[in-house]
Amino acid sequence: MNEIAPLEQFSEAPVVEACARAPVGLLAELTHRCPLQCPYCSNPLELERVNQELTTAEWQDVMRQAAELGILQIHLSGGEPTVRKDLEDIVEVAAKAGLYTNLITAGVTLTRDRLKRLKELGLDHVQLSIQDVDDANAEKISAYKGGLAKKREVGKWVRELDMPLTINAPIHRHNIENLPNIINFAVELGAGRIEVANIQYYAWALKNRASLMPTRAQVLKSAEIVEEAKERLKGIMVFDFVVPDYYAKTPKPCMGGWGRGVMNVTPQGKVLPCHASETIPGLIFDNVKDRRLADIWLHGQAFEKYRGTSWMKEPCRSCPRREIDFGGCRCQAMAFTGDAANTDPACHFSPHHAAFVAAAETESAEAAPPAFVYRRMGGPKTPSK
Amino acid sequence: MEAGAGAQRTRIMVVPESKPGLPPHIKLRHDAGRGRWHVLAPERVFEPDPIAIEILKRCDGVTTVAQIAADLAKEYNAPLQEILTDTISMLQELSDKGVIKA
Repeated sequence: MNEIAPLEQFSEAPVVEACARAPVGLLAELTHRCPLQCPYCSNPLELERVNQELTTAEWQDVMRQAAELGILQIHLSGGEPTVRKDLEDIVEVAAKAGLYTNLITAGVTLTRDRLKRLKELGLDHVQLSIQDVDDANAEKISAYKGGLAKKREVGKWVRELDMPLTINAPIHRHNIENLPNIINFAVELGAGRIEVANIQYYAWALKNRASLMPTRAQVLKSAEIVEEAKERLKGIMVFDFVVPDYYAKTPKPCMGGWGRGVMNVTPQGKVLPCHASETIPGLIFDNVKDRRLADIWLHGQAFEKYRGTSWMKEPCRSCPRREIDFGGCRCQAMAFTGDAANTDPACHFSPHHAAFVAAAETESAEAAPPAFVYRRMGGPKTPSK
Repeated sequence: MEAGAGAQRTRIMVVPESKPGLPPHIKLRHDAGRGRWHVLAPERVFEPDPIAIEILKRCDGVTTVAQIAADLAKEYNAPLQEILTDTISMLQELSDKGVIKA
């Protein structure tokens, strides 16, 4: 059985061609508000404020339009999606429209009653993020007290309510040594899936790269740990392992190809080909308040700009992998080489590859990494000593 | 670390007597727009091939694997033992991916 276009498609499984004209998934960033301040947050540095957020009716309309467009799965994310008091109203409409609904949450603002209500309204799956399984370290990473105990409780509720649970564990130098315990935590909670997701360095994570980057040896070791656990836990827990592409030879097929399988809607209704694409100058992002979702997907300038392969330059243009990895990530090409149409520097054919790898190796070798720049409204502030 | 008692899962081994079914959070759905079947799972969309579709349609939590194989052998005029072996191996793979319970 082929697997098509998961949210983070880093596997090399080809996306079924017929789906190329209709996205499979939509990431709905319901809000950028979040009680946690993780320094690797994938939200943009300029966080959108509460008074800019779409209304309940506007989000419900996005859900209906998504189903009409052929989208199969909705990922309700943030920020922290549960800080929106109307999450229930959005889930209800999404489920009624036939969408598979996935809640991506930090858990700390959830109650058991609310979770039960969400299930009754049709919520299909809960993805719970954890920072570490060591209380003090989890508090240091998230700048939030008592988070781990609350998350453990939320995980139990999910299982008691007989809902499927995924544990999402973003991995970096401050928790990579704890990976076996993180895997055990997920097993003990009864999670059916775990995402061992090495940080991808965009937005806040790019700002904090020197604080977060693990060494190559640590990454290789973690890959061994995952391989062993995968075999041992076959039929018990499914693994998704995302490697940090700084240590890869070939780039990830970012978003399964630009404008190919996934789209992203920001709290204020901007429709993006990926959550980091606002870092690329020259793209025009349409808003669901002005234009139909299907029209944006098919004809929006930002989606058309890097869709397919015709925008490519060498070495991508003549590369046999051009329809496997689509030249990697446009945002990473932009951030590291200054041109989004360049090959992703994670690719060993990129002239920038050596410098890219050297950055990771140098930063990860620092004995005392710089202090975190925590994710906060109003943009990055220099860390206090 | 403490989780709920009995929360931890065990691996299911598919045998001819198993009664496979789809858990509530796994949805076998025909997509009229694309003219194909999909299996919707947590953060995954699978595209079952024609044989997998026929097997999944019969996974009702009541019918045994042996009965499913017999039904398919009859319908496709194929040797029963071969169909049974293939059905078990496909269902084991699906169970390991969390798509069916048995």
